[in-house]
Amino acid sequence: MSFFRLFTIFFALIAGFQPALASRVADTDLSSRIAALGVGGFDDLEKAIANLAASGDDRVPAILDRLGNGELTVRKADGLVFFADKVGTDFRLTDPVTGVDAGLAPKATVEKVKVNNRIRRAIASAVGALTLMSPDPAVRRTAAEAVMKSADVTALPVLERAIAAETVADVRAAMVAARATALLASDAPEADKVTAIAAIADIGSRDALGFLSGYTSTDGAVGDAARKAVAAIESRLMLWDIGQNLWYGLSLGSVLLLAAIGLAITFGVMGVINMAHGEMVMLGAYATFTVQETIRTSWPQLFDYSLLIALPVAFLTAALAGILIERLVIRWLYGRPLETLLATWGVSLILQQAVRSLYGANNREVGNPSWMSGSFALGEIQITWTRLWIILFALAVFLALIALLKRTRLGLEMRAVTQNRQMAAAVGIRTPLVDALIFGLGSGVAGLAGVALSQIDNVSPNLGRGYIIDSFMVVVFGGVGNLWGTLVGALTLGVANKMLEPYAGAVLGKIILLLAIILFIQKRPRGLFALKGRAVEA
Amino acid sequence: MIISFLIDSLDRRGRIVVGLLVALALLVPAGNLLVPDGNVLHVSTYQLTLCGKYLTYALLALSVDLVWGYCGILSLGHGAFFALGGYAMGMYLMRQIGTRGVYADPVLPDFMVFLNWKELPWFWQGFDMAWYAFLMVVLVPGVIAFLFGWLSFRSRVTGVYLSIITQALTYALLLAFFRNDMGFGGNNGLTDFKDILGFPIQAPGTRAVLFAASALMLALGFVVASAVVRSKLGKVLVAIRDAESRTGFIGYRVEHYKLFVWTLSAVMAGIAGALYVPQVGIINPSEFDPAASIEAVIWVAVGGRGTLIGPLIGAVAVNFGKTWFTGVLPEVWLYALGTLFVVVTLFLPRGIVGLWGRVVTRRAAPAKEVDGSGRQAGEAA
Repeated sequence: MSFFRLFTIFFALIAGFQPALASRVADTDLSSRIAALGVGGFDDLEKAIANLAASGDDRVPAILDRLGNGELTVRKADGLVFFADKVGTDFRLTDPVTGVDAGLAPKATVEKVKVNNRIRRAIASAVGALTLMSPDPAVRRTAAEAVMKSADVTALPVLERAIAAETVADVRAAMVAARATALLASDAPEADKVTAIAAIADIGSRDALGFLSGYTSTDGAVGDAARKAVAAIESRLMLWDIGQNLWYGLSLGSVLLLAAIGLAITFGVMGVINMAHGEMVMLGAYATFTVQETIRTSWPQLFDYSLLIALPVAFLTAALAGILIERLVIRWLYGRPLETLLATWGVSLILQQAVRSLYGANNREVGNPSWMSGSFALGEIQITWTRLWIILFALAVFLALIALLKRTRLGLEMRAVTQNRQMAAAVGIRTPLVDALIFGLGSGVAGLAGVALSQIDNVSPNLGRGYIIDSFMVVVFGGVGNLWGTLVGALTLGVANKMLEPYAGAVLGKIILLLAIILFIQKRPRGLFALKGRAVEA
Repeated sequence: MIISFLIDSLDRRGRIVVGLLVALALLVPAGNLLVPDGNVLHVSTYQLTLCGKYLTYALLALSVDLVWGYCGILSLGHGAFFALGGYAMGMYLMRQIGTRGVYADPVLPDFMVFLNWKELPWFWQGFDMAWYAFLMVVLVPGVIAFLFGWLSFRSRVTGVYLSIITQALTYALLLAFFRNDMGFGGNNGLTDFKDILGFPIQAPGTRAVLFAASALMLALGFVVASAVVRSKLGKVLVAIRDAESRTGFIGYRVEHYKLFVWTLSAVMAGIAGALYVPQVGIINPSEFDPAASIEAVIWVAVGGRGTLIGPLIGAVAVNFGKTWFTGVLPEVWLYALGTLFVVVTLFLPRGIVGLWGRVVTRRAAPAKEVDGSGRQAGEAA
């Protein structure tokens, strides 16, 4: 019988109590029941414990717990029972019911209430009973789960009674599971144990798996049943694992989508490889950092809205930088994509160094607003709010861009320029203006990506570097000049990456993916969704 | 006979370059070994090694220029071939350490003992023999480039798409070589070399020979590149650069020409890497960094692409600037490099060589403007 188990039950109880209705008897009643603890031998003590537990008072578990620890003493003078804390050679006595300090007592004037293993079992069962029978279903549930984790054999009789009395279905289920684990740990007949295994297998959680795998090496029917149950749970959990990886994949895919979609626009429309695209993302992240710092120092109450405020700021910062780059550098290089690539690489070096000079080379901390922190579980899948918001944000940005392209004048002109630049110019579209605006738009979207990435990645001058190659892969894989291609490309690569990870490891998975894309481009040099027509035959 | 053919393929300028390189191969080591310390003409071992490093960079730049300047293939992954050649050399040097390593294992390099490996992986077999290692220096980059080029050129992956997948290639290799279980020393790479061909690698004499070898190899690379670009093959390459589809329509098998020059260039880069490693004394995965490959491209652009002298000038000039800046004003270097990228592409499409040509021509015939033929019709379309 371990005290650790007792503690788990006890703390489960304490944790469960706060919202619960306290169930109490009169102080005098409780005091007299406690006083009985100090009278007679072990048999009497056992009875006294049962009597105390029968009061159902919520202070009892704490008292019993201290009794188990040997911290209850009888004052020889009047036979009253106190909590005793050792102070030097003396004991500080406290009234167990009222908590009133009863002063220091020399060691000779008090006598410890002795406990043996039988008494400890009695205490455990009494505490278990108190918590399992508690009027609050949440407490009962936590107690049952604690029993299940500890597989405490001594809790069996109490559990039986609790199950019989239980009315709430899921608490009852937890208790049945707890009884099964306790049963399995006890010396019950094999047939009962096999039934118990079946009951645990029905839960199918990771805890159940961990518990059952302790029995797989047992001989006979129990071992067989355990092995079968473990196999069943594992195959079930494998499905959940696939679900979890799918979720990770979607999450990565949405990050890739955010990083790549701006690139898809500029690359698609202008055939320009913007190597500084990653730095636009970085600028967005630093804009977020700056906004948050300003808010932290000046208007701390707005902290939860800092990301929302950062969105337009990051968009405008990056868009402005993009337009500047387009006007100063790129427009002189149209028709020379390879030179553009080199020049924008130079721009990216300058931007990185500039940010390093301004903000320092170290990582900057961008905080999570409260509505983005934490996580919840969906079945066996853990979902963090950050990731969920980023996926939603990526989709929102994507849909907004689609709407812009399909529904606005700028989108119309942009599509015209993509398909045939000369013809678009001939019908009166000011292609240089469209170029500048599109470049600004693409960079601005990268800035938005920076806001999102500041939540999950290190905000450092090298932030953009890490995404640029992946983004290119997404754009090239999905097909240039087609946003839907980018969406499919990003999600495919994200999911494929995370699906490969459990088998190949993170790095090897990525290598495999890169090689796969290189081979894919051989097969379809224009990506998944290629633009058709003469325009693309450069 | 072959040599006389190669020498014949040089023009007057080329002969000067080769002559200079041979003189460099003789004089600089002499300045290091024979001229006493304190003399104006003395070359310190540091300077010697630094210059040797520049020469291997120049060979890398030459190889990039061969594909980019003459065939229009912008490779953002030539650093990969450089590093592969370097790793082949590094593996040979590792095997030469023998029992002098920290763990004193006669066969296994230290990092393998550290990883608890029991025997040499199959791809490390044979690297104790110099001839085999030197063969691999040529073969490994050559075969990988051949396969990559064969796949890409056959399916007509061109322009920026090709650039991006070359970058993906070197990025994939970067990630792969970072892994410890690949068996290439992971993050730390290969280092602590002792001997090369039985000579202690740190000895001044060995360093002088390595320098001379780099200079001569660069001269050889220059002669070979010159022979290629001045032959009929070279004319076809330029035609491909300027109008790939048209060259194909005339009846040339464009992909064969590209594949040839691509593989040749990768081999040159591999040899450059192999000479680089014993001089700097380390090879690690950072050589696969896409940024390193792009830097090699900018050397070519600065010097003047489409000329054979340009990459040599560019590589030495930029790297000299890098050494100087990172010593004096480290935080300014990235600004300078970034500005260099922008300024050269915007204002100096033909690099330093083009600038020089313009100055010379203007002095000779002030009225006549030089045709900026750096612009490529094939890309402009």
